[in-house]
Amino acid sequence: MATTKSHPAADAANSTPKKTVKMPYGVPGYTLQDVERQVPTTEPPVLPVNADLEYIGKSPKRWDAHAKVSGSGRYTADIQLPGMLYAKFASSNVPHAKVVSIDTSAAEKVPGVKGVFVIENLLGGARLLNPSLEVSRYPIVRYAGQPIAAVAATQPHIAEEAALLVKVQYAPKPFVVDMEMARQSDAPPVFPGPANQGGSAGGGGGASDVPQTGNIHGPAVHKRGDAEQGFKDADFIVESKYTTQVQVHNALETHGVVADWKPDLLTVWASTQGTASVREELASFFKLPKSQVRVITEFMGGGFGAKFGPGNPGVVAAALSKQTGAPVRLMLDRKEEQLSVGNRPSSDQTLKIGAKKDGTLTAIQLISFGTAGCGTGAGCAGPATNLYQSASLHTEENDVFINAGPAAAFRAPGHPQGAFALEQTIDEMAEKLNMQPLEFRDKIDANPVRRVERQIIRESALWKSRNPVPNADRGPIKRGVGLSQSVWYRHIEMDSAAEVRVHRDGSVEVLSAVQDIGTGIKTVMAQILSEQFGVPPQQVSVKIGDTNYPVGPNSGGSVTTASLTPAVRDAAWQAAQKFLVSVAPALGTTPDDLVLTKGEVHSKSGHMQPIGFRRAAAKMDTSEVSAQARRVPDYDPKHYDTYGGVDVAEIEVDTEMGIIHVKRFFAVHDCGRPMNPSQVINQINGGLIQGTSYALYENRLLDPTYGLMVNANLDQYKIAGARDIPQLHVQLVESYIGQSSTDASGIGEAAGIISAAAAIGNAFYNATGVRIRSTPMTPAVVLETLSKAPQRSNA
Amino acid sequence: MNQFVFADCTTESGALAQLSQNAKDGIVVKAGGIDLLDRMKEGLESPTKLVNIRNISSLRGIRETPEGLHIGPLTTLTEISEHPLIQSQYTIFSDACGNAATPHIRNMATLGGNLLQENRCWYFRSKDYQCLRKGKEICFAFGGLNQYHSIMDYGSCPAVAPSSAAVGLLGLNATVELTSAKRGKRVVGIKDLYVMPEANPTKFNVVEPDELLTAVMIPKPAAGTRSAYQKYGEKQSFDWAIADAGVVLEMDGNVCRRAVVTMGAASPVVRRSPQAEAALVGKPITEETARAAGKASMEGAQPLSMNAYKVQMFPVAIYRTVLLAAGQMGRDPRAAG
Repeated sequence: MATTKSHPAADAANSTPKKTVKMPYGVPGYTLQDVERQVPTTEPPVLPVNADLEYIGKSPKRWDAHAKVSGSGRYTADIQLPGMLYAKFASSNVPHAKVVSIDTSAAEKVPGVKGVFVIENLLGGARLLNPSLEVSRYPIVRYAGQPIAAVAATQPHIAEEAALLVKVQYAPKPFVVDMEMARQSDAPPVFPGPANQGGSAGGGGGASDVPQTGNIHGPAVHKRGDAEQGFKDADFIVESKYTTQVQVHNALETHGVVADWKPDLLTVWASTQGTASVREELASFFKLPKSQVRVITEFMGGGFGAKFGPGNPGVVAAALSKQTGAPVRLMLDRKEEQLSVGNRPSSDQTLKIGAKKDGTLTAIQLISFGTAGCGTGAGCAGPATNLYQSASLHTEENDVFINAGPAAAFRAPGHPQGAFALEQTIDEMAEKLNMQPLEFRDKIDANPVRRVERQIIRESALWKSRNPVPNADRGPIKRGVGLSQSVWYRHIEMDSAAEVRVHRDGSVEVLSAVQDIGTGIKTVMAQILSEQFGVPPQQVSVKIGDTNYPVGPNSGGSVTTASLTPAVRDAAWQAAQKFLVSVAPALGTTPDDLVLTKGEVHSKSGHMQPIGFRRAAAKMDTSEVSAQARRVPDYDPKHYDTYGGVDVAEIEVDTEMGIIHVKRFFAVHDCGRPMNPSQVINQINGGLIQGTSYALYENRLLDPTYGLMVNANLDQYKIAGARDIPQLHVQLVESYIGQSSTDASGIGEAAGIISAAAAIGNAFYNATGVRIRSTPMTPAVVLETLSKAPQRSNA
Repeated sequence: MNQFVFADCTTESGALAQLSQNAKDGIVVKAGGIDLLDRMKEGLESPTKLVNIRNISSLRGIRETPEGLHIGPLTTLTEISEHPLIQSQYTIFSDACGNAATPHIRNMATLGGNLLQENRCWYFRSKDYQCLRKGKEICFAFGGLNQYHSIMDYGSCPAVAPSSAAVGLLGLNATVELTSAKRGKRVVGIKDLYVMPEANPTKFNVVEPDELLTAVMIPKPAAGTRSAYQKYGEKQSFDWAIADAGVVLEMDGNVCRRAVVTMGAASPVVRRSPQAEAALVGKPITEETARAAGKASMEGAQPLSMNAYKVQMFPVAIYRTVLLAAGQMGRDPRAAG
């Protein structure tokens, strides 16, 4: 996850002149009040709550909806350049080996092949701290599906055929693809010595300053207070083991780039969550000045954390373009996507919590193991650390290396795993304490917004319909209702900037290098200009996804809206002030006398009748005014906000078949000021669906005998389909936090993916009286779980 | 490169002529192309010639005959599942076709292609595994990942029968017509259409390289016949059956005079369960007899290392489908399709 970076702008901000403003703070209808903030004098006026705004906080239709549904939006795979070549990886089909030799001659001879590139510097996964432990010309193969080389040809099918002709001679090494086996002391080592993996702009990566024994990289130990004493003070202790599987990202659009290497400029179209990260890393890899790298992402088919930087596809396509002198397209196929560009690590968690009779939570202890393949980043202590902070804490997170593709940040890294164990354990403890789930959480969760959210849940028809007695239904189909909480964090990317231009014809445009990964930032940017200039969103020109524009944030850690929208609003405000300066002479007054509001220019002194924005623009003394603004630091950096939600699942368990049917979710979430509620709800819908799919179906299956993934497709890798998706009812809680000129926050990760599996787990207990402690909850798992249930009379 | 000739045929005789040419190796018949395209993309199939029969209109359509139904093999699964007569008189068959794959696939997939598709074992479907079914020595499923594989009668290859349509047709005692330009026509029962792995590991069905499947014939059910099919997967949308059941009941009042119980996902070839059928014949259909039939169906089951749960699911699928066929229970909303 991205964290707030220390940035020169932050220091500069401390010395900038400040003004004192009053801002809305809290939840309307519950806790709304005013809060005083010291803000830079250059900041625009404070925005009122959404109810008092015309465009922000409303849900105009998606700005680029027509382009998307009509097919006119250009995604990376739609880019066609003159003379463009098509590239295809040749990948390993063995899980662990030293590459002895690579013979590309047969591939090169295929008519239409224009270039073959052999990878000598592989990206992704952990790296040996001491590379001399492994002397090899080529990267060691540590997973089946690892790219070895790539072929560029005039047609895609020629590249495919030629890639099959790249002959690789392997010296196989012993391998391990099962985490339990990898933990054994005699397991084949994935690395011959300590190895670390850095995170990306989207998070991921594990601790680097930890011990490594065999394949076990860890533990990373964190403590808060004295957990040992906490357990001594406890009247009740609940301890259980939970396991979760590896989930593969599977965004609709696979990873891919089109690279066009010209002597003075490398242009790359990329399916990326970060134009900035692609530019930065390509410049660094090829030792080019950043000014000679341009990255374009006009439209993008989704990313859940695995699409930062150019990765192997970007580097290889650029290298092939340089080599051949032609533009090169390299889009991964679904199998490559599942094997080589990231996944959510598994987990094996032993969680222990202690509480006093009165409901005081005294201690939380989590010992976790998880595999991020040949990478790190399987920690899952986020929920245990941050949801119930009054308890003392002891966590130990371990990564276990196996011969599988490296993990990458995946929508709320570590949190769905952690919440699955924690939120079920909290429910289990509540039952011991003879408390209800909401009542116990009211006691142990101090977050004021989640308190409001629990109140909304408590008053909901769905929660009221929950039978507090588990296993109450007598027939084979048992209904259950359960909830889970979630937590995510306010990360801000300070490298977020925008430019706003006003033209004499009354048109306005906003420019930023930010990419829209499908969440709708274009629409939100348009809304901000609409609010400033009174122009409907569809008439605002939004130009993004191009590093020719001011730098934009990488979309990871739920930072985009929170980071960029204040820069957009500040630029719009500053452009509006320049606009007033520009029109004041023609209006016969001074800029100080003018104010632009609701699409009209007013004279404070009554010097003139209000005049419409467009008519006023015609009087500009120059053809264009513009302002560029970058993100100013949060107004109160000492105050650290988290967001979250409370999600309720209603399920039916077919206890004879072992099939869980999720009927409904009622989800109550906060994300600061919702800039566009419909788009926020869209993301939460997506999170709940992805979370349901994770809870019940998805599972990367590695064959232990040969170390290959057997379901690297969308047929046997099972993702929820239309009938598997529950009814979704989302209620947003506006939560003003007084932090920026838009006061927006992010939602991508707090959006249901964290809590869905845990809520389904708690609903399963409510339905059956049995705890389900393993995902995915397939019929095999459900029937096994139910078979261990204490026998109850079904009379 | 897999370069191939695309022979687009519009008549049955034209297609048969293509198939009867001397160089039979590498000639593959393409109907809807659903299964074939997947196999070609994976590199399992590299035809030299694709004989496209999709546009042979005489091989498409549903016709009522004095004996029952005559169905062209190019009739799509959607057309079968939406046919009023099949829905009312041959329900097991419309259910089986209507719950296969997805609506999109059912619009393209043909009955013949569905019946003749190759198995879906992930080892067979990967070019990285040279398995028994590809003429090599080893079956990888026995010692590997076998959670979706067979639980009975699997012999040397436990991949399950992939065709739902065959589960329905077996229940109705259907036959298929195979035609060769040289040898003329022959008629084969659904069960005999398939080849057990022991008999010939690399052959999935008895269709010879120069033969076309030219018709599917279903005898008219006896008066008082009711039938149904249901399948269960991990997902409800777009999933292969883990457990499925086809049930045909000939009722005499409330007593079952004759019963057929069929299963697909239990074994490499679609099968009837004589034990389940015996548990129903001569008895009234009740929850008790339906459950007894389900239980009896698992006699002789020998689950593999990871699929014992299927032995729990099949009896439930059968009991619920018996009651569905008898009109005593609604369609299971949690069934897949």
